[in-house]
Amino acid sequence: MDASTRDACPARDAGHPAGGVADATPIVRVDGVTMRYANGVSALDGIDLDIPRGRLTTLLGPSGCGKTTLLKIIAGLIPPTAGTVAVNDRIVTGPGPDRALVFQDFALLPWATVLRNVAFGLELRGVPRAEREAIAAKYIRDVGLAGFEHQYPNQLSGGMRQRAGLARALAVDADILMMDEPFSAVDEQMRRKLQEDLLSLLQVEKKTVIFVTHSIEEAVYLSDRIVLLSRRPSRVSAIRDTGIAHDQPPDQIRRDRRYLDTVDEIWDTLKQYLQ
Amino acid sequence: MTARSILDHVPSGVSLLVWAALWELVGRFGGIDLIPPMSQIALTAIDIVQTEKFVTALAVTAQAFGIGMALAIVVGIPLGVLMGVWRPAERLLDVWVNIFISAPLTALVPALMPLLGIGQTTVVATVFLFAVWVLVIDTRAGIHHVGGSLLDMARLFGGSRTQIFFKVLLPGALPEILTGLRLAVVRGVKGVVIGQIIIALLGFGELFELYLQNFLMEEFWALVFVVFALAFVLVEAVGLVERRFDFYAGSR
Ligand SMILES: Nc1ncnc2c1ncn2[C@@H]1O[C@H](COP(=O)(O)OP(=O)(O)O)[C@@H](O)[C@H]1O
Ligand SMILES: [Mg+2]
Repeated sequence: MDASTRDACPARDAGHPAGGVADATPIVRVDGVTMRYANGVSALDGIDLDIPRGRLTTLLGPSGCGKTTLLKIIAGLIPPTAGTVAVNDRIVTGPGPDRALVFQDFALLPWATVLRNVAFGLELRGVPRAEREAIAAKYIRDVGLAGFEHQYPNQLSGGMRQRAGLARALAVDADILMMDEPFSAVDEQMRRKLQEDLLSLLQVEKKTVIFVTHSIEEAVYLSDRIVLLSRRPSRVSAIRDTGIAHDQPPDQIRRDRRYLDTVDEIWDTLKQYLQ
Repeated sequence: MTARSILDHVPSGVSLLVWAALWELVGRFGGIDLIPPMSQIALTAIDIVQTEKFVTALAVTAQAFGIGMALAIVVGIPLGVLMGVWRPAERLLDVWVNIFISAPLTALVPALMPLLGIGQTTVVATVFLFAVWVLVIDTRAGIHHVGGSLLDMARLFGGSRTQIFFKVLLPGALPEILTGLRLAVVRGVKGVVIGQIIIALLGFGELFELYLQNFLMEEFWALVFVVFALAFVLVEAVGLVERRFDFYAGSR
C-alpha cells in the first residue's frame, strides 16, 4: 500500500458514514451476562457490552477473569447462567455461521493436513471438496502458509499453526471473527510478526473482530476499542477507544504518540486493581 | 571403549542367543530329562510345523482366535465409545469393566464348558472374555482424551453430532483404540491357548496334552517355542500398525 492510498482512508472503517466508533450500530450486544459454572466458580457478573461493527474490540483482563468464558458465550458454545447475547439483533442460542473463532490452543486436527484443517469449517457445512479446497488454498496464501498445504500440524511451528487456525476462521467468511489469546503460545518476535500480519489482513477482510488478550501492548497495538475486565467475577471496568489509525504501516503504530499514551493510561487504570 | 559403552552397543537379540546356548549346555550335560538340548528342540520344531496335526491345530486355533477377536472388536469398541460419550453408561458399566479387567479369567473357563460345550465355542468365548475389556477401557480413554477444544471447534463451525463423532471423536481416539487392540491381541492369544489347554481336546491344547502324556519333551518344548514365536510376531505386527499412528497422539 503506498502513501497516497493511505492518506485517502484515514480510518479502517472509512466507508462507514457514522465515523466515530461509538456511533456505529453494534453488531453484538451483551446484556447482563452472568456465568456461574456448575462447580460454583463465578466467572462473569453482569456484563453489559456493545461490540461495534467493523472494528477490532479487545477484551483485556487478567488471566482467569473469564475472557474465554465470555467469548464462548458469544460464540454460543455455552449458555450463560443469566443474561443474553444478541448478534445482529438475534438472540444467540448456539453457534452460527456469522461467528468464527480462533482458538488459543489452535484446535487443529492433528491427523489432517493444513489444507483439510483450513477447509474443515466448510467441510462441516457440506461444501463440495474441490470448492472448499480452492477457498482454503486462497486463505492459506493470505495468511502466509503457501507451500505448507500438505504438512501436518505437528510439522509446523506454533506461529504457523495459529496462521492455519486463522485461515480456517477466515475461510468460513463469518462477519465476526473472535480470537482467544491467539498469539499467547508463540515467542515474542513471532508474536509481533503475527500482530502485524493480522492488521494487514484485516485491511482487506472487513470484519468485526473480538480479540482477547492479557497483554496491554498487544491490545493497544491492535484495537480500535479496548474493554477492560476486572478480576473474577468479571465486570466491565472501563472502555477506551484508542483512536489509532490502523492503516498506517504496522511498525509506525508502535511509535505513534497515541499508542504510547494509551498503553500508559491503561496501565494506570489497571494498577488500581492490582493492590 | 569402556565396558559400559560396549554393553550399550550389544544388540538386544544377543541375550536370546546366550540363553539358547546355556540351554544347549544344560540339555547336553545336565542329565535332566525335562530339558533336551536346544538344537534338538529346534530340529523337532522344524519337523513339527510340517506335520498335518500341527497345521490342523494352527487352523483351529486361528479360527477360534479370529472369531473371538472379531467379537471383542465389534462389542468392545462401540461399548468403549458409548461409555466415553455417555455418562450414565459409564457409571453403570464401569464397575463391570473394572471387575473383568482385573479378574483371573482362567477360572471362568471351566464354568463356560457346561454352558457352551467342550469345544470351539468355549475357546471363542475365552478369547472374547480375555480380549474385550482392555478394548473397552482404551477406547473410552481415547474418547475422553480428545481435547475439549477440538469438540468446541467442531461445534463452532456447525458440525452435527454425527459429523463430530466420525470426523473428530473417532479419529481422535484412534491411537488409544490401536493400543487397546494390541493389548487385546496379547490377551486374546493367551485366551486361545489357555482355553485349548483347559479343554485339552482341541488345537494346540490337544497337542500339548499328547506330548506331555507321552513324555515327548522335545516335541513339547518345540511346540511351546513355536507358539511363543507366533504370538510374538502377531503382537509385533499390530504394534507396527500402532506406531504408524503415534505421530498424532503426541500432538494433541
Ligand atoms: N468448564 C469450567 N468449569 C468450571 N470452571 C471453569 C470452567 N471453565 C473456566 N472455569 C473457571 O472460570 C474462570 C474463568 O475462566 P476463563 O474464562 O478461562 O478465564 P480467562 O480466559 O480470562 O483466563 C477461571 O477461574 C476458571 O477456572
Ligand atoms: Mg482464556
